[in-house]
Amino acid sequence: MNGRKALVGALSIAVAGALSGAAFAQQPPIKIGLLATLEGPFAAGGADGMRGAELALKQKNGMAGGRQIVIIKASSDAKPDVAVNATRKLVEQDKVDIMVGPLSGGEGIAVKEYSKTQPTITFINGSSGAQATTLVDPSPNFFRFNTEGAQWMVGLGKATLAKGYKRAMVIAEDYAFPYSQVQGFMSEYCRLGGKVPVKAWVPLGGKDYSSVIARIPKDVDALVVVLGGADAVNFLNQYEAAGGDKPLVGGSITVSQDILNYKGKRRDSLVGTIAGAPIADAYDAPEFKAFVADYQKNYPVSAGGYPSPSLFALVYYINMKAALDGLDAVNGDLSGGQAKYREALAKMTLKTPVGDVKLDGNRQAIGTTFITEVVKDAQGNLFNKVLSKVDGVDQLLGMKKEDFKIGSRDEPSCP
Amino acid sequence: MSAAQWRHAMNAGAGRLAMGRRVPAPAATVRVPGATPAERRYLSLLAHIKARHVVVLLFVLAYPMFATPFLTYQIGAQSLALGLIVLSLTFLGGSGGMISLAQMSVAGVAGYMLAIFGSSGEPAISFGWPWWVAATIAVVIAIAAGTAVGWLSVRTEGIYTIMITLAVGVAFYHLCLQNYSIFNGFQGFQRVYAPTILGINFRDPMPFYYLALGCALGGYFLVKYVLRSPFGIALEGIRNNARRMNALGFAVTAHRVAAYAFAALLAAIGGLLFTWYNGLITPNSVGTSWLINVLIIAILGGLRHPIGPFIGAIVFVLLQNFAIDLIDRERFNLVIGGVFLAIVLFSPDGLIGIWATVKSKLITQRGGKS
Amino acid sequence: MTRNARWIWAAVLGLPLLAFACWGIWDNERLFFVTLLNGLTLASLYFIVASGFTLVFGLMRNVNLAHGSLYLLGGYVGYFVAEWSGYYVLALAVGFLAAALVGLVMQVAVFRFMQGEELRQTMVTIGLSIVMADLMLWIVSAQVHQMSAPDWLLGPIRDLPIIRAYSKFRISLLVIGVIIGVLLWLFLNRTRVGMMIRAGVDDRAMLAATGVNVNLVFAITFAIGAGLAGFGGVIGAVELSMVPGEDVRLLLACLIVVIVGGMGSVVGAAIGATILGVAETFGLAYTPTYSVVFTFVILVLVLAFRPRGILGRPA
Repeated sequence: MNGRKALVGALSIAVAGALSGAAFAQQPPIKIGLLATLEGPFAAGGADGMRGAELALKQKNGMAGGRQIVIIKASSDAKPDVAVNATRKLVEQDKVDIMVGPLSGGEGIAVKEYSKTQPTITFINGSSGAQATTLVDPSPNFFRFNTEGAQWMVGLGKATLAKGYKRAMVIAEDYAFPYSQVQGFMSEYCRLGGKVPVKAWVPLGGKDYSSVIARIPKDVDALVVVLGGADAVNFLNQYEAAGGDKPLVGGSITVSQDILNYKGKRRDSLVGTIAGAPIADAYDAPEFKAFVADYQKNYPVSAGGYPSPSLFALVYYINMKAALDGLDAVNGDLSGGQAKYREALAKMTLKTPVGDVKLDGNRQAIGTTFITEVVKDAQGNLFNKVLSKVDGVDQLLGMKKEDFKIGSRDEPSCP
Repeated sequence: MSAAQWRHAMNAGAGRLAMGRRVPAPAATVRVPGATPAERRYLSLLAHIKARHVVVLLFVLAYPMFATPFLTYQIGAQSLALGLIVLSLTFLGGSGGMISLAQMSVAGVAGYMLAIFGSSGEPAISFGWPWWVAATIAVVIAIAAGTAVGWLSVRTEGIYTIMITLAVGVAFYHLCLQNYSIFNGFQGFQRVYAPTILGINFRDPMPFYYLALGCALGGYFLVKYVLRSPFGIALEGIRNNARRMNALGFAVTAHRVAAYAFAALLAAIGGLLFTWYNGLITPNSVGTSWLINVLIIAILGGLRHPIGPFIGAIVFVLLQNFAIDLIDRERFNLVIGGVFLAIVLFSPDGLIGIWATVKSKLITQRGGKS
Repeated sequence: MTRNARWIWAAVLGLPLLAFACWGIWDNERLFFVTLLNGLTLASLYFIVASGFTLVFGLMRNVNLAHGSLYLLGGYVGYFVAEWSGYYVLALAVGFLAAALVGLVMQVAVFRFMQGEELRQTMVTIGLSIVMADLMLWIVSAQVHQMSAPDWLLGPIRDLPIIRAYSKFRISLLVIGVIIGVLLWLFLNRTRVGMMIRAGVDDRAMLAATGVNVNLVFAITFAIGAGLAGFGGVIGAVELSMVPGEDVRLLLACLIVVIVGGMGSVVGAAIGATILGVAETFGLAYTPTYSVVFTFVILVLVLAFRPRGILGRPA
């Protein structure tokens, strides 16, 4: 069964060796394991993430540090135990040298714990965005080159107050990622004088927002909605049907294509919705445009790609690029338990399509966050325009260590 | 009482629908002149040990010696822990005629209690007591939960049991998902690790494998013993025809609830092992897919014999891990669902049934030829 | 149960509810009445889906655990029909028919040969539900499909006393639920086929003995039961959106409705649906993290004191 994979791997090695000549036949190829959720609700995101990672490798022609790179893929379904089993198989059975993944927050924490049992393998994140992965008991060989959920909301609190929304109600799902998003938003918003009288935590998988809508107080100026794009559409439908008319402020996955294609009567009320995210479709820096063009060339819509790379594609691209750039920095030298490689990763400044990324002491990325606003274009379609950009966002969100508390249901609080 | 009702009463019960389990014949006394009764019993026990038993036992004992750590841990230990949980369902369903879909929930209760009373990654909720205290409390609470589930389900008939236990199982899942003060909601508990005893770290593949093997063997022989005991035989009688057993003076409800309690013991220990294997417990560990997976493994292996769940678990774990090399792992559910459907439609005795059919065909062929 | 016992039960259950209602109205009357309406409308959806489930069990003793998958099937079919044609009523009809067709095939091709083997039938339905769910996941993908309500049902009804505004679509849910309930009652009590179904629920063997084509009656019943699930699916696609996982949620709701209300009784399904819908919605509104505990407590209470359900009959 995995003999077949080994056979394919061996054949590709043999062919590569024959084609590239004697010099490359000396060093064996480096195996990188790639884990994303290809099943369940995040399946589409996982598939796009894998496309982003493969794009990073394609841009380097399949080589890094002077050695051939072989990617071995595995899939999970956003469950931590499945992710750990898949990672264990890649590391112990398929003997990968470097691991890239997983996709979701809970999986990331579980894989980080597993990484502590494999000190000679380097683990790089896929797109998991839970704060605790690198803030609580970090692992010395787990690297995250993408910013996480709380960092993605830095700057949004200020923008919300700038729009005149002094009182906001938070509506978010009841698990780690929305906690971190709300914490990132509220730390700034509360500090600058905003008030959040009610926080409504919706049980995961719940589709009935009628009770939440019934609890919206009359005197809030806006609703901060941290729901996935499709759930946000569901919420908007029910909110509109119940006669609601307050403006929205979005989380990083809220103002996606789903909600921008909203067909209800209140479509125009979406214009002006602000959100915080690590990616903005309409960002016009040349590196980003080149990245988008490269993605569209390699993965046209007809072949299953999105019209524009998603958040998952960008983040997986960044992490895989980090793995490959690190190999370049040490010329493919993974000896000595990969110590030199890890040192190179910890020290490097990674050039990404959205700016430079460096790692902090916990091997967590310090990067860029975009504040976007929904606008209508000449044809009447809605899209996200870049309102402002914040560079150098670190995981402590600019606060002192003593003042910082990881987001939870009750923290932060400013009623 | 109408004729139909009388007929239904006489023939109803899962016995008619059961997956063909037969009570094993009592141990024949071996005639050895001059042997004491104890020696005779010992010798008759020995007579039951066949070559295949010895081979299998030697194989599982020596397995870590020649298998890689990955195969030992992820395939071997996981199958054994899972098999123990499924054994509880095989016992209840095969001998008791009560198919309970809440066995994984009982195992989950044990896992959660272990995390809450022991140490985990959530110091705010976990008590941090020593592992043996936490494990004992977890098993006790899980047995209580299993008995409560049993008490709820025994007052209804066979089909209701599936419905009610499914409802209970899913309700427990939602409770774990939505409650934060005790069950920590969606995150569950991470870093629930097996302990280090006398310098042996049971998180390592080989010690953990032997721990799981020990518990699995213990569970297996315990079930075999109970099946031969008066309690086990009464249970099978109740499965075949509860009215008759009631008329004979057996306390039917009490027997059934006791069966649930015993099954809960097996599920609890399996749950502890499984939680230690994963190093975490989340609501998904007790979600609908796992509830149904336990049923699938039980039917896959066959409800006839306590070895069924372990065979089913091995096949299931192998498929889960190596299916991605053959087919898309995303279609795993389709494959396992299709296999389950095929077995229920064509060979309700599972793999054991298929094996028995093949064996009997070979024997009749050989017999016919000779 | 004696008359006194009935009064005592009514008091024990009714007084705390009355006390809660008074407190709720005093605390925030808009929230209370909106939640009550939400609960009743959710109950209508549950009733539509659970009535099919209980009909199939009542007559054929078949616990159809693939009922949730039929709901999902109806929802997806309805979604695509609505996208393609733009007509909501057409989507409802096609959703009903598609699920009814699949149900018919299931009964005629599989369950007919397993008459009487209830456990085996249930296992088969479990296997079918897994296979169907995965096939739908493969074909449709795991993305959320949100069907939009028809234009004439979009938006709120305004200027209502106390609650100010309420969703038109949710009111339509309530209306549809009542209509379906009445139609089902008429079907079961005023038509020949309905009479045969009721007779079959009471005594299947006798029904066959009177010369009725029992297999035909079974097929019709299963088709109607499955169709109701699909119909509920189309409604759910608008109100709750369609995503893999909804099938299990609705199946659980069906199970609880039928356990509480009693197997085989359509009126029982209505009662069970009301209890579950209202309890779930009030739980979500007032104690979000413990809402499932309410449902569970109701389940346990009913099982402890009336194991057959409120209107259930002995097997």
